[in-house]
Amino acid sequence: MNMSKLAKKEVLHVAKLARLTLSPEEEEKYAKQLSQVVEYVGELAEVNTEGVEPTSQTTGLTDVFRTDELKGQDNLSKENALSGSDKIHNGYFVVDAVLSEKGEK
Amino acid sequence: MKNLPFTIAEIQKLLLSKEVSCVELVDTYMENIEKANPKLNVFITVSKDKAYSDAKKVDKLIKDLGVDIKGEHPLFGTVVAHKDLFLTEGIRTTAGSKVLDTYIPAYSATVVARLESAGCITIGKTNCDAWAHGASGENSDYGPTKNPWNTEFVPGGSSSGSAVSVASGLTTIATGTDTGGSIRQPANFSGVVGFKPTYGAVSRYGVTAMASSLDSVGHFSQSVADAEKVFDVVRGEDGKDSTVKNFKAAKPKAKIKLGIPKEYFAEGVEEEVKDSVYKASKLFEKEGIELVEINLPHTRYAISVYYIIQPAEVSSNLGRYDGVRYGGPRTSFGAEAKRRIMLGTYVLSAGYYEAYYLKAMKVRSKIIEDFDKAFALVDAIIAPVSPTTAFRLGEKADDPLKMYLADILTVPANIAGIPGLAIPSGFSKAGLPLGIQLMGPRFSEHTLFALGELYQNASGWKFKLAKDL
Repeated sequence: MNMSKLAKKEVLHVAKLARLTLSPEEEEKYAKQLSQVVEYVGELAEVNTEGVEPTSQTTGLTDVFRTDELKGQDNLSKENALSGSDKIHNGYFVVDAVLSEKGEK
Repeated sequence: MKNLPFTIAEIQKLLLSKEVSCVELVDTYMENIEKANPKLNVFITVSKDKAYSDAKKVDKLIKDLGVDIKGEHPLFGTVVAHKDLFLTEGIRTTAGSKVLDTYIPAYSATVVARLESAGCITIGKTNCDAWAHGASGENSDYGPTKNPWNTEFVPGGSSSGSAVSVASGLTTIATGTDTGGSIRQPANFSGVVGFKPTYGAVSRYGVTAMASSLDSVGHFSQSVADAEKVFDVVRGEDGKDSTVKNFKAAKPKAKIKLGIPKEYFAEGVEEEVKDSVYKASKLFEKEGIELVEINLPHTRYAISVYYIIQPAEVSSNLGRYDGVRYGGPRTSFGAEAKRRIMLGTYVLSAGYYEAYYLKAMKVRSKIIEDFDKAFALVDAIIAPVSPTTAFRLGEKADDPLKMYLADILTVPANIAGIPGLAIPSGFSKAGLPLGIQLMGPRFSEHTLFALGELYQNASGWKFKLAKDL
């Protein structure tokens, strides 16, 4: 198992995956701090978990259903749903474009 | 600081006898807040208007219903401060982060709504580590909360402001969230009762998510009896959180066996902390509780399991903050949030998932198995809450790993989804609060409350307000 330290390159990669921008100082700092933590938690490799089922939750509940019906009092009005943003237009959220026009690079 | 009655029952007695009105009660708490908040940084938002309108409502109910108010409003006149992770309709909710600096929720959390209809008065929103990431309160984007017993020390975290608000008499009760100890540890450092319910006992609806398989919603109070009263109001299904299950409060057994896990008294746990727990155990023994030595051999791996699963779930939950529908852009995240998002993204990323996340989920099963074996022998467990008393502000701030290790005795309960109760047990030589932790099997809350009340009665405990500032 490869429990190597995090290189700055990997820090930049995870930051990109998580849509975070880092300053050069942060890159240095996080490479060191994240390596420390990753190295520490690597101790789990010594625990024998052969044949052990993973636990993702502790309730023991499976397939919790509810009736598929609208409950009026639980619905946010359009006005309320939009109230957290000041970038709205005609009842919609305004977002940055994710596609560029044909021919544009 | 003006002294107010300490327990819900005492306050309700005064209110029913008309000696005091809810409005006067709020007046006194407001005075205390004005005096203490500039020094301790307990509240991010004080909801003065809401508090007075709630108070007037409850005063009218008392006038109209008299003693009958208890039926539908069992917590009438109880003043509550909510950790700023709890959505409160119309009152700014920041989660301690500048990302949500201007966010005003359009609805309230289930717990907030239930407390309100039970007759509680909402006094404000308390400071906390941003997104509940921290064990000291120092990660708040609104500045650290100070320990009211000595302002050079941390009050514990992440529910820092909630713990201190109760310790300093700025509210009767306060809500909190406990993902790895964020209620029990600050309760311990601040000298109040802190209660973490079974995972799935209380709805998380409307509470900012940290790590979804670990988050539980609990509260702070000055007595164990109050913790139980509040739990009985907030618990149970709401149709909005599919992990929540109704359960019947089982009566505690006549003969209770209390386990002492030797792994919780290992190296690194301060002598004063250990002694206080041993002393409490002896008191239980004197009261007819049988003490049994037990083993929880995988305790030492709990932090590693926790610091894989928790950041993984954090990175997923904080993915929603894109600055579009509400809140600021991702550049507003503070240092600890970024650290955890990246750590979580890393352990979940291709090539590392099996070595970290999957492995952690398997060791999680081993930790749960330890508890299952223990609870076949005993009804509850007694242990320290934290290896040390409160540490100094700044002492661990530059060393994330050291800060993470402060959670070592509280994270196992979250990993296993079991309830935990932190109770004050005196003071260290340095004058900082000491405490004990009780843990039990899933849905054994009422056994823990019974033990806690037994302890507070047998020890002749009397709540002590943090010293006047």
